Amino acid sequence: MPKIYYHHQDGSVDERVVDDGATVMRAAVTGGVRGVVGECGGNLMCATCHVYVHAPYISELQPISDDEEEMLEATASPRDPIRSRLSCQLILGEGLDELHIDVPESQV
Amino acid sequence: MRVRDVAILGAGHAGVQLACSLRESSPSRTITLIDTHAGDPYQRPQLSKEFMTDEGQPSPLGLRTREALAALSIDFRDRTTAVALDTARRRVHVDDGAAVSYADLVLATGARNRALPIAGVELEGVCGLRTLEDAHAIRKRLATAGRVVVVGAGFIGLELAAAALGRGLPVTVVDVADRPMSRVLSRPMSHFFCSAHAQDGMEFRFGVGVEFFEGDDCRVSAVVCSDGSRIPADLVIVGIGIQPNTGLAERAGIVVSDGVVVDACMRTSEPHVWAIGDCARFPHFRTGSLVRLESVQNATDQAKHLGSGLGAELAEYREVPWFWSSQGALKLQIAGLVFDPDEVVLRGNPEARRFSVFCFRENRLIGVESVNSVADHMAARRLLDRDLPLTSEQASDPTFDLKAYSRTKTEPD
Repeated sequence: MPKIYYHHQDGSVDERVVDDGATVMRAAVTGGVRGVVGECGGNLMCATCHVYVHAPYISELQPISDDEEEMLEATASPRDPIRSRLSCQLILGEGLDELHIDVPESQV
Repeated sequence: MRVRDVAILGAGHAGVQLACSLRESSPSRTITLIDTHAGDPYQRPQLSKEFMTDEGQPSPLGLRTREALAALSIDFRDRTTAVALDTARRRVHVDDGAAVSYADLVLATGARNRALPIAGVELEGVCGLRTLEDAHAIRKRLATAGRVVVVGAGFIGLELAAAALGRGLPVTVVDVADRPMSRVLSRPMSHFFCSAHAQDGMEFRFGVGVEFFEGDDCRVSAVVCSDGSRIPADLVIVGIGIQPNTGLAERAGIVVSDGVVVDACMRTSEPHVWAIGDCARFPHFRTGSLVRLESVQNATDQAKHLGSGLGAELAEYREVPWFWSSQGALKLQIAGLVFDPDEVVLRGNPEARRFSVFCFRENRLIGVESVNSVADHMAARRLLDRDLPLTSEQASDPTFDLKAYSRTKTEPD
């Protein structure tokens, strides 16, 4: 079962076991992980599910679509050119069994 | 009686964001968040969209868990209804007897669905969408319905109609207006949505009202319209707009007018009482006209603004409104407000369902509606926020780099 590790600014880490096909955003919201909002429900309309992916995992992720690229311009916390992703687009399973991300300071 | 520093009425998007923003700016204030409904605060937009698909178990997206609110020392009191406001003594009387004393009070009471006062509205199968409970009920009915009629071609109506269509159900949308989303969309964008949905199989009856609902053994069986036509239906969803919840304020003598009237700093006519979100009518910073906006962005941004300095010197609220609606595969985004443009231009490819409508008034860009064109939308938000001039020629010229222009660095002073 895939696992997601949400690293918070205060050093604490939330670990969540998810099903194949789960997104990092939905797993956070339904799993009570603070700091990931997902206002638009995962439709690339709001940029409030912004996360910073840990370097070793970046190449394993689905590439950034044009729409995600545009919405990444609207994040509340600064955009990291390499690590910033919208977590509604990050899907676990199918080879991606583990993912570590940093939760940004703010989403709104 | 213990005085709360801040009491907030309504734990929707505005109220919850306000509580959290206040806590951020003010570690020691006492904050009480009151809501009439039971349960942890949840997000509304998805209830008319992905919540209605037929895939798996619907899981509502939360706003904050009560544990998260408690960890911020926010006193969250759900199942608590405010029944009267005593502004002289600064007290809110609630239904469980005890009054809540406040130093400052914020009304984030939102709105309720406009009722359709016609015969048959009480029949089983005639539904509205406001709460999570309503959403569960509609979703359950969609699984077994045979024919759907949606009354009201606004955002909620069309999102739900698209969800029903997506499940393979025949859907007819009825509206008294001559086009969908007529209150908020430009004519060209409105007509695009009408023909795109129609191409996908949605049926429309415009310029027609609903006279009554016909029933069979207490279940709805048809919708009878003002032109005499009869549309068979076993599921009817009514989405004809909302009315702001201003009763409490009005009875307390606070000025209301289709919303609690506030100034540019969210202050009502009563000292120490504020209002934000769907229930507030405020001056739009570009025009000075009073508007009441029904969107998550408006609720959240007003909450953040007020939360940064309630009681202190607060700057005027100056956020560019933006909005989205997801109807089947059509993703609509709106930047700015499109009230009565005198000029509109198209940019992009309507046949491919990827384009934008740029709306101007007296040669000034007032808003942009985009379908499946996130880049246009983000550029528009930047343009409007920075008040960068744009001509209609530039808007309609595909070789004009809108994105680069919207991000032009201005010279430092």
